[in-house]
Amino acid sequence: MENMSEILAGEPFLQNMPRQHVETLAGCAQNVVFQPGQFIFREGQPANEFFLIRHGRVAVEIYAPARGAIVIETLGPGDVLGWSWMVAPYQWRFDARATELVRAVALDGQCLRGKCETNHELGYELLRRLSSVVAQRLQATRLQLLDLYGAAK
Amino acid sequence: MIPQPFRIRQFRQETHDTFTLELEPANGAAPAAFQPGQFNMVYVFGVGEVPISISSNPASPRLFMHTTREVGTVTKAMRRLKKGDIVGVRGPFGTPWPVEDSAGSDIVIVAGGIGLAPLRPALYALINNRDRYGRIVLLYGTRSPNDILYQKELKQWRAEFDLEVYVTVDRAIGSWRGNVGVVTQLIPKAPFDPLSSVAFVCGPEVMMRFTVQELQRRGVAEDKIYLSMERNMKCATGFCGHCQYGPTFVCKNGPVFRFDRIADIFGKREI
Ligand SMILES: Cc1cc2nc3c(=O)[nH]c(=O)nc-3n(C[C@H](O)[C@H](O)[C@H](O)COP(=O)(O)OP(=O)(O)OC[C@H]3O[C@@H](n4cnc5c(N)ncnc54)[C@H](O)[C@@H]3O)c2cc1C
Ligand code: FES
Repeated sequence: MENMSEILAGEPFLQNMPRQHVETLAGCAQNVVFQPGQFIFREGQPANEFFLIRHGRVAVEIYAPARGAIVIETLGPGDVLGWSWMVAPYQWRFDARATELVRAVALDGQCLRGKCETNHELGYELLRRLSSVVAQRLQATRLQLLDLYGAAK
Repeated sequence: MIPQPFRIRQFRQETHDTFTLELEPANGAAPAAFQPGQFNMVYVFGVGEVPISISSNPASPRLFMHTTREVGTVTKAMRRLKKGDIVGVRGPFGTPWPVEDSAGSDIVIVAGGIGLAPLRPALYALINNRDRYGRIVLLYGTRSPNDILYQKELKQWRAEFDLEVYVTVDRAIGSWRGNVGVVTQLIPKAPFDPLSSVAFVCGPEVMMRFTVQELQRRGVAEDKIYLSMERNMKCATGFCGHCQYGPTFVCKNGPVFRFDRIADIFGKREI
């Protein structure tokens, strides 16, 4: 069976991450499984972890009264789910729901925050990668807002 | 070049704002052969003439199909036409997708909205000779699940011709269980070999800009990316200058351009 360090080293998010950091991360990681329809986290709950999706699809949703759940984006294998664990007040801003059987690695945010406080190199590596994910998502959201295909150019 | 009369053989409403006209010559003449990516000037008598890509199979009986989205005066008038009505057609014009020249490569097709229409003939041509290509991957983004064009064909191509189709929508509605997000997000994980792929891209210009960036980030070379550009047109034969795009005319040097040939003007505000 693959050990956690090997699993993490194979994740696109952690590509070329120095080995010693991967080992440290492995100490805060565990494999998790979510059944189709199961909530992975819900808006307002404490954000204590983030996920590297290895299999299946996740819908990130926001709930609007009278409209129900609106899917904002879907994520799949190789994607990172969640960054609220890095930003105070450490609360989820959206719901995340497995739309298929999802296998992922969960990284314990509290454990990581502690390690990043003492090991700034690790903190920097992690933040650099996460900010790139956040920037990509922000760009994608902006494009979505433009309603490119709907409105006249 | 004067418009030739064509009869509407069939009118099909594809989505709430998009329809397909199937045209046959009204005077018995055979319509000209065309290559994937080329367009016709379609004239609605008494209203005006607009460039519309040909969206039919280049290998099938010589029919012109035009899938059109209603946006303004002419396209709205076109939408009101019925089976049996006559329109004027000039064409085909313009440069094609490099279907033949891409043999041996993986093909990545990135389409946004109505941009799938000019790519459909390329898809037909590719699957007509399926064994000459590596992977064929279609990445297609639309506004909502109700705006997905050619749904039946997409399903059939996926099932019968080993075409990998990934659709994503900006807004999920109803029972949609597929991807939500912009089409550019599909590129990093799409299954193609960037070093031996040719990309055909068509959609709104902003979408194409970000698509090119993502393709390049994946490692697809500038001279392996082809884009279909749009500019207002009048003569469609390279004379009037209406469709000028930097030092080129879209009607003559385009609409399909190899990206490295327009890289220095692409996305520039003043061009
Ligand atoms: C080479 C080429 C191929 C094309 N192929 C197709 C095709 O296959 N199917 C298709 O539907 N269209 C296609 N177009 C675009 C089409 O020509 C225009 O939508 C059409 O000319 C609009 O004319 P109109 O009189 O209906 O709108 P207008 O009255 O001229 O414009 C009305 C409003 O629509 C906006 N508008 C104009 N053009 C577009 C556009 N392309 N998209 C969104 N909004 C627009 C204008 O800014 C204006 O606000 C193509 C254009 C080119 C240059
Ligand atoms: S439309 Fe006249 S030059 Fe292109």
